[in-house]
Amino acid sequence: MFPAIPNPNVATDAAAPRFGEKDILRRSASTVTPPATRLTEVAKLIDVSKCIGCKACQAACLEWNNLTEEIGFNHGIYTNPMDLTPDTFTLMRFTEWVNPETENLEWLIRKDGCMHCEDPGCLKACPAPGAIVQYSNGIVDFQHDNCIGCGYCIKGCPFNIPRISKVDHTAYKCTLCSDRVAVGQGPACQKACPTQAIVFGTKDEMKEWADFRIKDLKSRGFENAGLYDPPGVGGTHVMYVLHHADTPSIYAGLPDNPRISPLVDAWKGVTKYVGLAVMGFAAAAGFLHYVVAGPNKVSEEDEENAERLADGAPPPTPAGPVERRTP
Amino acid sequence: MSAGKLKTHAAEDVEPGDAVRPGHPVEVSRYTVGARINHWITALSLILLALSGLALFTPSLFFLTGLFGGGQWTRAIHPWIGVVLFFSFAGLFLRFWRANLPAREDGTWLARISDVLRGREERLPEIGKYNAGQKFVFWGMSALIVILIASGVVMWDQYFYPYTSIEQKRVAILVHSIAAVAIICVWIIHVYAAIWVKGTIGAMTRGKVTGGWAWRHHRKWLRELVGTRPGKRPPTPAE
Repeated sequence: MFPAIPNPNVATDAAAPRFGEKDILRRSASTVTPPATRLTEVAKLIDVSKCIGCKACQAACLEWNNLTEEIGFNHGIYTNPMDLTPDTFTLMRFTEWVNPETENLEWLIRKDGCMHCEDPGCLKACPAPGAIVQYSNGIVDFQHDNCIGCGYCIKGCPFNIPRISKVDHTAYKCTLCSDRVAVGQGPACQKACPTQAIVFGTKDEMKEWADFRIKDLKSRGFENAGLYDPPGVGGTHVMYVLHHADTPSIYAGLPDNPRISPLVDAWKGVTKYVGLAVMGFAAAAGFLHYVVAGPNKVSEEDEENAERLADGAPPPTPAGPVERRTP
Repeated sequence: MSAGKLKTHAAEDVEPGDAVRPGHPVEVSRYTVGARINHWITALSLILLALSGLALFTPSLFFLTGLFGGGQWTRAIHPWIGVVLFFSFAGLFLRFWRANLPAREDGTWLARISDVLRGREERLPEIGKYNAGQKFVFWGMSALIVILIASGVVMWDQYFYPYTSIEQKRVAILVHSIAAVAIICVWIIHVYAAIWVKGTIGAMTRGKVTGGWAWRHHRKWLRELVGTRPGKRPPTPAE
């Protein structure tokens, strides 16, 4: 068993948050000076092999965040609702998978939600200053006061996590219970998990614990058991222990090699800088041209020619390579 | 003068409402009041779209959202202005497309682009209602607006989120931003040309240009207009 996180200290002086504004590592659409010292990175480890699919985590998430999900429909599988929503920050996804080697039916249950990437695509795509922040302990959090509801975070995210609320038009996702972590608690989902399929601690502790679990799984015949901490996004602060870590996508489409889409990189990178440069160049070229060539003015002669033409007089000689008289 | 009705047999770059009125100087009607209102609705929409779009394009211009009542308002209103622009421009397109069809002299005009830039009009062929540069602006705007509205709908999450995949939205947003940069550049060319070529802006404000302006820049068009006038002389002497 992983040692449980002790109950909160209820003393009044213990209420001071352990991290906040001063620990912001990245802030969307802003440049910040990163804090001199980085907090110890935290992580949530989800051991898929220990999950019994009880959805206590999903219920705890709704409860802690004071959310109520719409009453939906039974679509014939346990997954409910069928996708993440602005009110469902975490979702148990159930997959019935036939192992081609053993012909056994395996029930794969993955708790889906924000992975808290070290290199967050949502934050990179966000156009609103301060709507997404990353704390130095690794938590990526949405600040709803600054969110404009554009949905760029959805395009930036390699895991298809954020959802825009139709009520307040801002984006929602798992906060890793930043409010609980700030006072020394683990996330609500972790607290509620009856089998310790979800554990929470420092990232190093979680990796160590994962190693232990992976060894155990390997000894039980799961040769491909491994840790899901994808390097394409710089690692994540929510990690999985998978019994089939060689094929993450069998777990309800968990990306095999997640990374920020090159389209998003092109849009937020080269397009932005080249685009601004090209527009600036066009404006500067116009200005320079005016300075060098001067205005293109109609001469008296032009007016006279037009008058003659309009009066039905013999039309003046057609334009030829003759010197123009300056008015 | 019902000159407009006589245009049916005239060259295709004479548009309804175009007319020449002898005097000192000669006055040439270039745009009807309908065309001008249509143009300015389009212009205002394009400027508002550029400002609100740039605000969301780069953090250094996010402050522009203040013009629209904040980020949420900017995000909500930008696509609707786009819809206004699309239909308004469609009106302009129907008015102007015929006169913007390619003509033989366009090639010569383009080949002598350095004379164009030096303002040596006497070295250029006689031009109809629009020169090749204006036609480039017209067709450039037309194509880019189609691209922008199509990609814009794909990324208009409030109403169209379920109809496309996230990957398609990523493509749309990249295309939208590149097309937006392109249309702003076309717009800069358009505005700059109107400022550089003196006497042009009156065409879109009062609807009129002087005969000299038409003679200098669009002589073929002016000749066609004079040719389609009912009488050689105006009914009342000028002045």
